[in-house]
Amino acid sequence: MMNGEAGAATIDMERQEASAVIEARGLSLIFQTNDGPVHALSDIDLRIGEGDFVSLIGPSGCGKTTLLRVIADLEQPSGGSITVNGVSPHDARLDRAYGYVFQAPALYPWRTIADNIALPLEVMGFASTDRDERIAKNLALVNLTGFEKKFPWQLSGGMQQRASIARALSFDPDMLLMDEPFGALDEIVRDHLNEQLLKLWAQTRKTVVFVTHSIPEAVFLSTRIVVMSPRPGRIHDIIDCDLGEERTLDIRETPEFLEIAQRVRDGLRAGHSYDD
Amino acid sequence: MAATNDTVLPIKERSKALSAAQGAFSDKVLPVASIILAIIIVWYAFAVYLNAPFECDQAARAETTIGFAELLPRTLAQNRPVLPAPHQVAEELWKSTTERRVTSPRNLLFHVWVTFSSTALGFAIGTALGILLAVGIVHSRVLDKSMMPWIITSQTIPILAIAPMIIVVLNAINITGLMPKALISAYLSFFPVAVGMVKGLRSPDRLHLDLMRTYNASGSQIFWKLRWPSSLPFLFASMKVAVAIALVGAIVGELPTGAQAGLGARLLAGSYYGQTIQIWSALIAAAILAAILVMLIDIMARATNRRMGVKA
Repeated sequence: MMNGEAGAATIDMERQEASAVIEARGLSLIFQTNDGPVHALSDIDLRIGEGDFVSLIGPSGCGKTTLLRVIADLEQPSGGSITVNGVSPHDARLDRAYGYVFQAPALYPWRTIADNIALPLEVMGFASTDRDERIAKNLALVNLTGFEKKFPWQLSGGMQQRASIARALSFDPDMLLMDEPFGALDEIVRDHLNEQLLKLWAQTRKTVVFVTHSIPEAVFLSTRIVVMSPRPGRIHDIIDCDLGEERTLDIRETPEFLEIAQRVRDGLRAGHSYDD
Repeated sequence: MAATNDTVLPIKERSKALSAAQGAFSDKVLPVASIILAIIIVWYAFAVYLNAPFECDQAARAETTIGFAELLPRTLAQNRPVLPAPHQVAEELWKSTTERRVTSPRNLLFHVWVTFSSTALGFAIGTALGILLAVGIVHSRVLDKSMMPWIITSQTIPILAIAPMIIVVLNAINITGLMPKALISAYLSFFPVAVGMVKGLRSPDRLHLDLMRTYNASGSQIFWKLRWPSSLPFLFASMKVAVAIALVGAIVGELPTGAQAGLGARLLAGSYYGQTIQIWSALIAAAILAAILVMLIDIMARATNRRMGVKA
């Protein structure tokens, strides 16, 4: 472990204050439905610094996906303020500041894997030689070299999701927004992809906001865990997860890991996530 | 001349080829052939049944009776039968296509060509119009609310009533020949294409549209990269319907105004002169033409599917 966790914490805090990539203050979002207003987000205060890997964890209906979509400018907040890279989410989206990975791979079935990765590059107007380079590089990053000419239906679920991550990285955004990307996959594939994602993050040092409902996944991947609770959707707790930079799947048995996981679980329980 | 190992297929490959051929036979040829056989048998039965009264009348006038053994061959060889027998129709088809020059108006193929040209032109116009309308409806709420009811209403007017009017009006402003018939075909065929394409252009997943939004894609990029490819299965399905109905439109366009050429004209001429065999051969020719046109669209659809990586 590095000398003095306190030292690491101050460096962390300084880093955050210096470059808050996402800053939400009093953010709220109310959906008007037939059954009355739904408080999807209520008074959210959150600062995410550059290079952070932040997990949003909570039960269904706690607003974690909604928060991610507000950051991505796919939903409009009804109150409070939020800035991404210092500008509004709308301007950040126009600036193509992030890559979004959905729950489902969302690959276009009529395009080959290579063409799917090229999709954002085509939309954003990259030159075709540049495109080919980026496709090759990002496929290598997710270990899918050799699958350029295949169609999505020829790949397994895990491979499709890896391709969708490669697509999100292809135009080199500074941020990755991931909405339960491994939720539909089995545990073995999930472990493998968690490892790969962590290696990727260590290599590229992007800011990642990761929505999940799996406690081990959140603790394994993140530098900070945001525990959310439902009805209304709010942040219950923010837990620093300082398990070090080089993590392998083995740390999931260590006492530090289990302690943090227990804190997360306690937070979820206190936030009435386990109630009926 | 002894067969060496080089000239005779090894037994394994021979039986594989044989079982492949058997497979194709039972999957494709056998079902279609058995249905066609059933239709022909029923057709013969009805031909005998419907043509019999005429023979019985003839016999009664000659004041004799006619036995079944004599009745049967007579009903199948009449000059102007109520229902021609299959072999009579086949013979007429053969005669009218081979015994004269292809370009002469006496040749059935000439009429098939006339009908086919107005069908093809009308189908092309109708498809283009349908696609343009669909694009407009999907991209503009104003068009969506205002056009759809009118499009649907337009199809409820019986085409047989409106076709003569269209032809007369167009002839009055000097549009004659192929164009009026093609416009009737277009009128009928734009509807399935428009409806199908609206569905198809709206078919992309919510997720795919959100993805495009995260890239800040422009409207035309979203159209060409997402909506258009997603809509192609719907386009081909509605094109098959449209081509068949365009053929109906072309034939209907030939009926009311005494056209000289085309399958509709042949049908009319046959009915004026009581040549039922001619009517039926024109009908069968129209059916074969429709089948060929739908098959052509299907071939296009399959080729496109292969290029678009659809699961084989």
